[in-house]
Amino acid sequence: MNILELKGLTKTFGGLTAVGDVNFNAEKDSITGLIGPNGAGKTTIFNLITGVYKVTKGNILFDGKDITNKEPYLIAEAGITRTFQNIRLFKKLTVYENVLTACHYNADYSLVDSVLRLPKFRKQEKQLQDQAAELINIMGLESRKDLIANNLPYGLQRRLEIARALALMPKLLLLDEPAAGMNPDETEQLMKLISEIRKRFNLTILIIEHHMDLIMGVCENIMVLNFGCKLAEGNPGDIQNDKSVIEAYLGVES
Amino acid sequence: MNNEYIIGILTLAGINLMTVLGLSLLTGFTGLFSFGHAGFMAIGGYTAAMMTVKFHWPFIPALLVGGLAAALASALIGKVTLNLKGDYFCIATLGFGEAIRLVLDNVQYFGGARGWPGIPYYTNIWNVLGINIVAVIVLANLIRSRHGRNMIAIREEELASQIVGIDVFKYKMTSLMISAGYAGIAGGLMGHYMTFLQPKMFSLAKSTELTIIVIFGGLGSISGSVLGALVLTSLPEILRAFYEWRLVFYGLAVIFIMISRPEGLMGGYELTPSSMKKLYRNLTSGRRDKLQGEGGGK
Repeated sequence: MNILELKGLTKTFGGLTAVGDVNFNAEKDSITGLIGPNGAGKTTIFNLITGVYKVTKGNILFDGKDITNKEPYLIAEAGITRTFQNIRLFKKLTVYENVLTACHYNADYSLVDSVLRLPKFRKQEKQLQDQAAELINIMGLESRKDLIANNLPYGLQRRLEIARALALMPKLLLLDEPAAGMNPDETEQLMKLISEIRKRFNLTILIIEHHMDLIMGVCENIMVLNFGCKLAEGNPGDIQNDKSVIEAYLGVES
Repeated sequence: MNNEYIIGILTLAGINLMTVLGLSLLTGFTGLFSFGHAGFMAIGGYTAAMMTVKFHWPFIPALLVGGLAAALASALIGKVTLNLKGDYFCIATLGFGEAIRLVLDNVQYFGGARGWPGIPYYTNIWNVLGINIVAVIVLANLIRSRHGRNMIAIREEELASQIVGIDVFKYKMTSLMISAGYAGIAGGLMGHYMTFLQPKMFSLAKSTELTIIVIFGGLGSISGSVLGALVLTSLPEILRAFYEWRLVFYGLAVIFIMISRPEGLMGGYELTPSSMKKLYRNLTSGRRDKLQGEGGGK
């Protein structure tokens, strides 16, 4: 079953076509890699899926429902969330507060409940705190829970951003260059983490990444983009031997 | 200096504080700057005075109606301006504040530019104190809830807060309306303290003063706002002896704070019983750790 379907997805900025007529299906519980040279339109696709950019043409279906051009927060509510290429944490808040804030979606007490500290507020707030603490544990951030997010080492900031995304209990997680700036050791750990959270949270994952070992290591399916168009799609083995992909990356043999 | 004079200053500081608390929610916790809060004070002030003078309502309900009127006005403004980014919203509020003042200048029902004398003298230090205590409790409870955390998230990183499912527009609107409501109530208190209202009292200078107090006290700190309102309202009065120089001192004090402590007096920290205990422990044990940071929400 397909959880995400892109149908003729197109985005133009003035005369520039950033994404041109891309068709793509992501199967439920799969991990798909999105690769391509810089400027190929990978992040633009993420921005279109999450509603940050408006779609010029085409449709995005999630779980069978049309989510094209919906507000980002509605798309998040539907079950899609992401991390960013240039980390976007709530920088001045602690690790715990970052995760706790993102848990908000799992409570529904009103302004009046919170101002009067009614029982509903106390009960749900307790649940949120437990949920945040559990997530921090799973992600191995427990010992740094009271640190200000901005003071975390880079690798852990990425980890925190994933933790924050998981707080929404998403069905589809988009990771935008999660291994950027990581050393091989950290990348290795990240690969383990990605496989682990997929199993634990029943996630479908889409990853943009330039580290080929990571892509080839964890992805079951790979889509290659070049100049906004889909160049190839298939399993890691096929992609490695695909002639057009090699040309796009290394140039044409003369 | 006699007691009455000091109580008078404290009452004025309390009235200012009421607006500053609201503005603190909008600017300090949600990250939206406003230069039109004097306009909301004017709406609340004139509405409340209308209720007591023309309709003979009791004081507290009249204040609440004033606050409600300001909140509704802010909803209209918010509807059209909250989608503007950063500075543009700020300029829109500036225009709004001035527009309210100019409209009131020309409404003869309220006395126009000459002002409106004869408003009953209802405001005193006790009801100002009571209202401020309620206002602080409401604000503190609001901020330490998911709603407050969502507002802080918007201040920290708007795009990321959308991605974690926060309806940014709705929360900006909520913050703006509550903050305008506070300003409206403060306006009502002011009218019934001065027993006189004049559009000139709600000029751009007043809005600027309010925003300066919030920044001076520290963005994202309720206790900072309280401290800021008390210090900056009483400072010009304390300096009255050298009255030719007092605005210079006022300006210097603000500049000094901006340079030496750009994050404001409290800089996002809160004075709560637990943070004071911790500070005391740290001081007595000779450690120089900072106050336990609450960052405005825990």
